Amino acid sequence: MSTDHDMLDVTVQRGSADHVHHDRFQVPARDNQTVLDVVTWIQQMADPSLSYRYACRVGMCGSCAMMVNGVPRWTCRTHVKKVTVNGKLSLAPLRNLPVIKDLAADMDPFFDKWVAAEARHHPTRGRLEEFDPIKPDARDRVEANLGIECINCGICYAACDTVAGNPDYLGPAALQRAWTLLNDSRDGDRPGILSAVSGKGGCHNCHSMGSCAQYCPNGLNPMRAIAGLKRETVKAALRGKRDA
Amino acid sequence: MKPPPRSHPLWFAFVLHRLSGLALALFLPAHFWLLSQAITAPARLDGFLAFAENPLVKIAEFGLVFLLAVHMFGGLRLMALEFLPWSDRQKTLAAAAVGVALFLSGTFFLRAI
Repeated sequence: MSTDHDMLDVTVQRGSADHVHHDRFQVPARDNQTVLDVVTWIQQMADPSLSYRYACRVGMCGSCAMMVNGVPRWTCRTHVKKVTVNGKLSLAPLRNLPVIKDLAADMDPFFDKWVAAEARHHPTRGRLEEFDPIKPDARDRVEANLGIECINCGICYAACDTVAGNPDYLGPAALQRAWTLLNDSRDGDRPGILSAVSGKGGCHNCHSMGSCAQYCPNGLNPMRAIAGLKRETVKAALRGKRDA
Repeated sequence: MKPPPRSHPLWFAFVLHRLSGLALALFLPAHFWLLSQAITAPARLDGFLAFAENPLVKIAEFGLVFLLAVHMFGGLRLMALEFLPWSDRQKTLAAAAVGVALFLSGTFFLRAI
């Protein structure tokens, strides 16, 4: 059965923070069609002034995430048929982030928080030294491996109601990255990471709603990583008391 | 009723935990005040205890026991999540907290009527 003659009723959020409005487009429905295909059709066939962001189209780069019917999704790997409600699609830029224009969210606060969480590698060896051997089945390596496939798409950040309620909260992605580094034997600043993730806006703000894990397109579980950070920061605090 | 976007089992567990906590916070001052009547105005306490035999009050008490139990077991799940090694069965545990709370409050109700 071909659905070529059916049309999708697509509502798109337009404009930036000061002037938000919504445009409706009738887009031809196809048998095989992603949400990103729909957005591209609108830009190429209906309104060339539509702004949106994408690069790889195959779920690797993490740049095309948007709110689709109120749920954050990677649009290049989201099949239209699985998300339309009565032939309707509602598209908006990622939640919890400033809007640059139309469907393009400003990712700066998201990445600023990666830096604030010390979610960057702190090297311990120089290029003239030997490689640090990493055993793939070591316990900390196995734990780190669970989080390293993050593609920085910002879907967990948009899904998180704690981020929505607390602008200082570092968010699931940055905290998960900090957790992978905390479990990386090559990282040289464990106390720095623990201090960065336990302050204001740190891991203890998490209410364990699990929306990050629910909507992560790569099936990662930032809630698990944040629970690990909570454990380690509490352990470090108790140890600090004992040493004092 | 259409569920809000981004709702899923653990999100509902979060909402239930907050709402039960709020409801208990509102209930506790009234509860302590009533207990204090045992010392200051025993007749008023007896009057209330007679009123509490009313079936409608028993249904309200069933709700109260459910809120208390679901908040306690939900809270235990969260503490286990944060302090024990990770378990992937969070949805099952959240459902179990609701199940145990329903069992306890149901048992309470059946004994009360």
